[in-house]
Amino acid sequence: MALTRREFIKFTGLGLAASSLGMLGFGAAGEAQAAAVRPFKLTHATETRNTCTYCSVACGLLIYSMGDRAKNARSNIIHIEGDPDHPVNRGTLCPKGAALLDVVHAPTRLQSPRYREPGGTDFKEVSWDFALDRIARLMKDDRDKNFIAKNAAGTTVNRWTSVGMLAASASSSETAYLTWKVVRSLGMVVFDNQARV
Amino acid sequence: MTNTWQDIKNANVVVVMGGNAAEAHPCGFKWVIEAKIENGAKLVVVDPRFTRTASVADYYAPIRPGTDIAFLNGVIRYLLEKDAIQHEYVRAYTNAGLIVKEGYGFQDGLFSGYDEEKHTYDKSSWDYELDEQGFAKSDDTWQDPRCVMNLLKQHVSRYTPEMVSRICGTPQDKFLHVCELFASTSAPDKAMTSLFALGWTQHSVGSQNIRTMAMVQLLLGNIGVAGGGMNALRGHSNIQGLTDVGLLSNLMPGYMNLPKDSETSLDEYMKTKLFKPLRPGQTSYWQNYRKFFVSFQKAMFGDAATQENNWAYDWLPKLDIPLYDIIKAFEMMNNGQMTGYICQGFNPLQAFPDRGRSRRGLSKLKFLVTMDPLDTETSRFWQDFGPQNPAKSAEIQTEVFQLPTTCFAEENGSLVNSARWLQWHWKAADGPGEAKSDIWIMTGIYHRLRELYRKEGGAFPDPLLNITWKYTNPTDPDPEELAKEMNGRALADLTDPATNTVATKAGTLLDGFAQLRDDGTTASGCWIFSGCFTEKGNQMARRDATDPREQGIAPNWAWAWPANRRILYNRASADPDGKPWNPAKPVISWNGTRWVGVDVPDYGPTVKPSDGVGPFIMNAEGMGRLFARDQMVDGPFPEHYEPLESPVENVLHPKVSSNPMARVFADDRKTFGDAKSFPYVATTYRLTEHFHFWTKHALINAILQPEEFVEIGEALAKEKGIAQGGWVKVSSNRGEVVCKAYVTKRIKPLTVDGKPTHVVGVPIHWGFTGQARKGYGANTLTPAVGDANTQTPEFKAFLVNVEKTTAPVAA
Repeated sequence: MALTRREFIKFTGLGLAASSLGMLGFGAAGEAQAAAVRPFKLTHATETRNTCTYCSVACGLLIYSMGDRAKNARSNIIHIEGDPDHPVNRGTLCPKGAALLDVVHAPTRLQSPRYREPGGTDFKEVSWDFALDRIARLMKDDRDKNFIAKNAAGTTVNRWTSVGMLAASASSSETAYLTWKVVRSLGMVVFDNQARV
Repeated sequence: MTNTWQDIKNANVVVVMGGNAAEAHPCGFKWVIEAKIENGAKLVVVDPRFTRTASVADYYAPIRPGTDIAFLNGVIRYLLEKDAIQHEYVRAYTNAGLIVKEGYGFQDGLFSGYDEEKHTYDKSSWDYELDEQGFAKSDDTWQDPRCVMNLLKQHVSRYTPEMVSRICGTPQDKFLHVCELFASTSAPDKAMTSLFALGWTQHSVGSQNIRTMAMVQLLLGNIGVAGGGMNALRGHSNIQGLTDVGLLSNLMPGYMNLPKDSETSLDEYMKTKLFKPLRPGQTSYWQNYRKFFVSFQKAMFGDAATQENNWAYDWLPKLDIPLYDIIKAFEMMNNGQMTGYICQGFNPLQAFPDRGRSRRGLSKLKFLVTMDPLDTETSRFWQDFGPQNPAKSAEIQTEVFQLPTTCFAEENGSLVNSARWLQWHWKAADGPGEAKSDIWIMTGIYHRLRELYRKEGGAFPDPLLNITWKYTNPTDPDPEELAKEMNGRALADLTDPATNTVATKAGTLLDGFAQLRDDGTTASGCWIFSGCFTEKGNQMARRDATDPREQGIAPNWAWAWPANRRILYNRASADPDGKPWNPAKPVISWNGTRWVGVDVPDYGPTVKPSDGVGPFIMNAEGMGRLFARDQMVDGPFPEHYEPLESPVENVLHPKVSSNPMARVFADDRKTFGDAKSFPYVATTYRLTEHFHFWTKHALINAILQPEEFVEIGEALAKEKGIAQGGWVKVSSNRGEVVCKAYVTKRIKPLTVDGKPTHVVGVPIHWGFTGQARKGYGANTLTPAVGDANTQTPEFKAFLVNVEKTTAPVAA
C-alpha cells in the first residue's frame, strides 16, 4: 500500500486504538485500556509550514493548531515538530527548536501595550492608540527640533541623529523592508540590527 | 555561507574554528557527521574549549582566545613553504601575480599611511601598480618582488611554528598537524570547508580573522567548489535578510551604501561606484550599481523620484561619520545626545557590552520604545531587580512603551537563512491578546507621523510624505505585496535591444536583476532579491526538494539570492578551460557552447573559457584577493593584534599591541583592566539548550539550564580552592557576576609566551525576566570594544578575575 507521509500519520493514529495494542497481545484489560486511548490528536489538527525562529540553519517546521480557521474559531498551536521534507533538517530539531511550543506560549508573552511614566515604578496597560499617538508625538517633536537639513558646509544632509532604532533579526525580510522605508524617510541614521552581535 | 548546509557533506576536511556548530547549529552540524561517515572527511576543531564539536573531531587543537590570525598566518606560511597550494587555481583565479605600488609597506605593526594623531590610515598605497590603460600590472611568474605572492610570503614569514605556539599557546606539534590536514586539500579534487560563527566575528580583529581563512581557502583552491567555501554560520533566523535589506546605519538594500556628506550629488556619489575593471575584459558586475540605485529610488519614492531631482537623491539621509553603530549609539546616549530609542525585537541591555554603560545610557533617554513578543530586560531597565539590575526607578525619567508583537508562528513572510535561501513561512495562529505584527506597528507610527506633518508641517517632511505606500490594505500591508516590491517590476514597456520588441510589459514583475535599468523604467526595492517573486509566483514558497545527484544543491527548494545561485563563485569549481577540478562532484562545466551543471552559473552563461574572464565577477580584477587593496580599514594583509584586554604584550610589535583601528571611545578605554588585577582570559559562549536571551522564557529550556554559571578548568579550580558547583565572584574592571562554577576537563591552561594562561568560559544566557533564575549576564563583564571593520563587540577575549565566595543570602 502506497501512503503519503501525512496519510501514514492518519493511518497509524486512527489505527492505534483499534488494533496495535491488541496485536501486541494485551488481554481484556488491555483492550479496555486501548478503547480509552484518545485518537491521535494531530489527525484533526491544522498543519502549517514554517521555519524555526532561532538560528540561521532555518530548519523547516510543521506547526499543528486546533481550530479550522473558521471566522469565529481561534486557532491554538498545540504542537511543533521538524519538517521531514525539508532538505536541511530532514525532520530533526535541536534542544531549542524542539521546545518552540514553550516560547510561543510563554507566560511572559506580552498581551497588551504597556506604558511606564517618567519616574514610575511599574507599567500600566494602555491602548494602542494611546501608545502610538504618544510615540508619534515624541518622535515628531524631537525631529522638528533636532533634524539636520544642512551641515556646516551648506551641503544638504537631511539626517536625524537624536532618535535611533534597532531592527529585529528574527523579523521577516518584508518587515525589514517596510521598516527601512519608514526609518530612512525620517532621515534616521542611528540604525542597526543584531548583525554585529 | 558561500555554499549550502547540505554541501558540507562533500568536504574532505571540515574545519570548525571560531564556532561550535555541534551545540549552536545542531541540525546543520549533522552534515558534518554525514561528511565524516559518507565521505571519510576529517573534522578539525581549533577552539579554546574542548566543545561538543571537538568531542567528535578527528583532531583537536587548543588556542588562546583572540589569536586566530597568528595561527592562520602560520598556516599560510606553512602552505607557502611546503608549496602545498593549488598552483593553477592560485595563478589564474587570485591576485597573487598582481604588482603592488611601491609606497606600500608594513613595519612594526603598522601598514603604510598611518596617521599617529588621527589614528587613521591613508590607504592610497594599498593598491596595484597600474599601466597606461589603468589596468593592474601583473607578473604571472611571481618573480617580481612587488607581486602579491612575494609580499604575502614576506608578511607571514614571522609566523613560524615557534612564534605561533608562543602567541596562541597551541603546542607546535598540534599546530603542524592541523597544517598538514589543511594542506591535504590543495589537491585539485579535494576540498575543505570552513565553518565559523561569532567565535571569529566578536573580536577587535573579527573581519580579519575571517579574511585570513578566506586567503587559506584561496591558496588551497577551495572557494567555489563542492564541499568548500567560507561558511559563516549565522545566528538569528533572519540576520542574513536584515543585512541583505540593509538595516544597518550605513547600508541600503542590496549592499549599496548610504550617501556620505562628501557625496554632495548623485554624480559625486556615483564617482566612487563606477567599478571600472582593473584587468582587461573583466565583468566587474558592480558597474551596474546605478541601475540598482535608480531602481531602488523608484521603489522607495515612485513617481516622486525623477531624472530632474536626481532620483530623489537628497531625500536619503547622508552620513557625516562612517556609521552610527550601537556602541556609538550608547556613547551618544551617555553624552546626552539622544532623545529616543526604538528596540524592535532587540534586547540591547543583554546583548551589548558593558551592561552598566547600557543601563546608564538608557536612563538618559526621554523615551524608549520596545517591540517584542517577550518581556525583555531592556523594557524593564528602569526597574530594580536587586544586584542583577540595580535601578532607582524614581530617578529615571525615561518614558517607556512596551509594545507586544506577534512571533514567527503568527505571521506570513520570508527569512533568509545562512545559505542565502529565502524561505517563505505561513501563519498558524493569531498572536496572544492584543499583540500586533511589526508591520502593523511600524505602519501605525508612520501614518500618525505623516498626519502630524500634513497638519502641522515641520522639519523637511518631503521623503516622509512621498514614500510609496500603494498597498491593498494601507494600514497593514500584506507581506506578499512587500516581497513583490523588493523583487521589482517594470514601470514601462521594456524593449529588448537585440530584437527591438517589447520583452517585458509595464507592470509585470521582473524575472531578475539583469532587467533593471537606470532610466526610471524599473523599480526594485532590493536588487539582489530580484527573481524571488515573479509572474510565475512566489519562488520563496517552492517546496521541491529534488537534488540532482544528491549533491546538496536542491535548486528548486525555496529561492536563493543572487539569481537562485546556491554556490557562490562556482565558476572557480572548474579549471580555466571549464573542466571541473573534481570530476566526481562538478558544480558547473563548459559544454562547448555554454555553462551547464547542477547550479546556476556565477558567471556569464555563454562566456567562453578562452575569454579569460575571472570567476570573481563582483571584483574589479575578477580575482580572489590575497591582498585586499583598500577594502579593509586595518590593513590589506591580516596581522596579529592582541585583544584590547590581553594577558600579554604583542611579541611581534609591543608598541602596537592591539588593533590601532579598533572601535574604542576614550571613556571606554578608561574601563579596561590589566592582567595584574584581572589575570584570566575570559571568553563568552552559548549553550546548546539556549538561544540568546529568548529561551529562558521557555519552560523546558529554563529547566534544562536554569542558572548562571562560569566554566573553569580543573587546574584553576584547584589553584583557587573552588569546588565543583561552588560559588565564585567573577569580576572585570566593569562589573562582577556572582554565580556557580562548573569545573571541567574541557579547559586546560595554555602556555603563552612561556607563562601558564587560564581561560574562563562565560555563557551568556541569563537575565532578570523569563522563567530561569535571575542572572547578572555575561555582558556585565565585557568591554565596549568594536571590530575595526564591523564594530562587532569583542565578547570573545577579555580579562577577568575569579575568586571563591559564599552563596548569596536569599532576599
